[in-house]
Amino acid sequence: MFARLVYESFRRQKRRKLLAGAAITLGVTVATAMIGVATDIGDKINRELRTIGANLLVTPQEDTLDVEIGGVNLKPPSDGAFLNEVDLPKIEGTFWHNNITGFAPMLPVNVTLQHDDVTENLTLLGTYFAKQISFGKEVFTTGVRSTHSWWKVSGTWPDDGSRDVLLGEKLATRLSAKAGDEVTVLGRQMHVSGILSTGGGEDDQIVAPIALAQEILGKPGAVRRVYVSALTKPEDAFARRDPRSMSGAVYDRWYCSPYPQSIAFQLQEAIPHSHAEQIRQVAQNEGVVLTRIEGLIILITLAALLASALAVSAAMATAVFERRAEIGLMKALGAGKFAVASVFFAEATLLALIGGLAGFAFGELLARQIGHAIFNSRITIPPVLLPAILGVAVIITFAGSAAAIRKAVGLDPVFALRGEL
Amino acid sequence: MFLRMLVRAAVLRRGRALSALFAMVVAAAVTTAMLNLYVDVQAKLRREFRNYGANIVVVGRDGASLPADALSHVESVLAGRGLVAPFALVVARTGNGQAVVVAGADFDRVRQLDTWWSVSRWPSAPQQALIGVRALSAVSPNHQPFDLSFQGHTIHLMPAGTVQTGAAEDSRVYLSLADFVSWTGVQPSTIEVAAAGSTQEITAILQQLGQAMPAAEVRPVRQIMEGEARVLGKTRATLLSAAALIILTAALCVLATLMGWVFDRRRDFAIMKALGASDRLLNGFFAAEAAALGATGAVIGFVFGIAIAAWIGRVNFHAPVAPRFSVLPFVLAGSMVVTLLSAILPISMLRRVQPAVILRGE
Repeated sequence: MFARLVYESFRRQKRRKLLAGAAITLGVTVATAMIGVATDIGDKINRELRTIGANLLVTPQEDTLDVEIGGVNLKPPSDGAFLNEVDLPKIEGTFWHNNITGFAPMLPVNVTLQHDDVTENLTLLGTYFAKQISFGKEVFTTGVRSTHSWWKVSGTWPDDGSRDVLLGEKLATRLSAKAGDEVTVLGRQMHVSGILSTGGGEDDQIVAPIALAQEILGKPGAVRRVYVSALTKPEDAFARRDPRSMSGAVYDRWYCSPYPQSIAFQLQEAIPHSHAEQIRQVAQNEGVVLTRIEGLIILITLAALLASALAVSAAMATAVFERRAEIGLMKALGAGKFAVASVFFAEATLLALIGGLAGFAFGELLARQIGHAIFNSRITIPPVLLPAILGVAVIITFAGSAAAIRKAVGLDPVFALRGEL
Repeated sequence: MFLRMLVRAAVLRRGRALSALFAMVVAAAVTTAMLNLYVDVQAKLRREFRNYGANIVVVGRDGASLPADALSHVESVLAGRGLVAPFALVVARTGNGQAVVVAGADFDRVRQLDTWWSVSRWPSAPQQALIGVRALSAVSPNHQPFDLSFQGHTIHLMPAGTVQTGAAEDSRVYLSLADFVSWTGVQPSTIEVAAAGSTQEITAILQQLGQAMPAAEVRPVRQIMEGEARVLGKTRATLLSAAALIILTAALCVLATLMGWVFDRRRDFAIMKALGASDRLLNGFFAAEAAALGATGAVIGFVFGIAIAAWIGRVNFHAPVAPRFSVLPFVLAGSMVVTLLSAILPISMLRRVQPAVILRGE
């Protein structure tokens, strides 16, 4: 009898059920999409923040002092220690390699450049542009094109295996050179594939594949420093602790958190004789920006949840209120308060489950659309969220209809049936 | 009579009227808060981005010193819209002949501009130096006083503390600008500028600086500007889509509640009609009621919304979001449209029905 009551109610009052169901679906859609965006926003903004540049720097452990002013390197080129290029792919073998979005080795060399009749002493910077590197079975591409995304080239980027170079913008103006020209560097003919504009010291330099710089320096495999761009977690007091003073479990927790410090520590482990350090200007500030944006979106998600909860409650209250006559009839026929209430709550549960499922599906679609439109990457909602969202939908639907049901059940059936109040 | 009908209708059915008003207030509050945040969040985030330091650098052409009045030029162009710090750089020799980059800086300005510098102790007296962590072993391994020489001039310095940034600063020695100039005679060659404002304002500042100092090269720090623009753009877009979703949900919530309320009063409607009220009067009555509800709800909601936005600003950005009264007309108009819509839809449905049918309760 109970099941039949509920079933018939759904069959005969399609319009009302559809309205209430639509409200629940809409509410759950908005809630799901916002939760999806809120859980993923940190990662998405973190990736956007990588435009500001690398946040970790790896240098040789026993290096001498850098003597560099305004992009001009005054340190004797063969002075100091070097890292070995062969060790670099090991970066992909560290614990947090999935968080490392790219790295670029640098090797500045002092050279003499000739173009037409002009001779100039300047720095040639060897680096990776977009080099394919393999570590174990994995193959990945890295270089300045991903770590230094603000570098702009008019012309084409050189191939990492070629002998093509980029000329800094200001240098090119001084030499009145353009893409496609040939320049002579220490007697070597080089093809200029493009003009580089960075707004920094590189505008006065030549940028070349690292192998070329190593050849000029006469030190195969030498790397002066490596810029590493990593997705990190905002630093807290725990992050700043010294790993050497930690005990086993605490150390493991520190090691397995993507703090700038712990990733630097792991880079140091991976590359022999190296020293890794966070670039504080980038690493320190991104934590603050990230925390602010995440906090903002979480607060807004709360507002969205509130708005959708109210929408669902309002729709349910209206739906119950419209059915006072029905309740009056049930009571007149001898149904107790409990029996009436349980019919309505069963209906509410059913509606919440159907609306919740549909809303979850729509919400996932919506989140995906938002991710695609704004961040050009996917926002996925973990399926674990489904039971939680369904639970919340049922609770809110209950809460929304509870007051209305209680009031309706308490009414005298005579008044209800006469349509008064 | 018309007014009395309006007031009595609201007073007699207090419960339903209040719940409709409540829905309206919540919707208006959420909308106000979202619009306020959307307008204000850009300014708030820009402030956070200024912690990244300079977004404009003024340097002498080809490494030359800047003219002596450069700093005052920059400050007059900026007119308080940001921070400025001059730097002078030379390569000096330590006691044992090692080359080291020595910089002159205004420590008070640097502290404000470069907040990420991790400094053990800032120099407070003349002849004190701030030493980069990597330079420390070459210059003053045991924190003892040391000498630096530049073109035959020697300066005797006391180490005050160390600076760590993870970048070029780590290999340098920093002195106060006064000590630096009297020792080397070299004037500042770089001025770092952290200009506050929108992209257009900063572009304007860049142009003005270029015009004010033709002898210097003025360039934006591109990675900071681009990163900032990207993050702000994405955050605003996310906020906009969230605001659209929330406002839509709130509007539908109001629509559902109000339509239920009006529909519930079909007996009032039928009685008025049976007593001879014209269609125009009835429409006017329900429309006036809806508009009054919308306006009251919007105003109360606006106040709450401002409070919510201010609270979010305080919690998240540690600065209140200034109330934007320009948002009020939009909230007011939006509320009226939604309430009118939710009154007119059921009325136009009821109008076609005979009063007798409604009064019989069918």
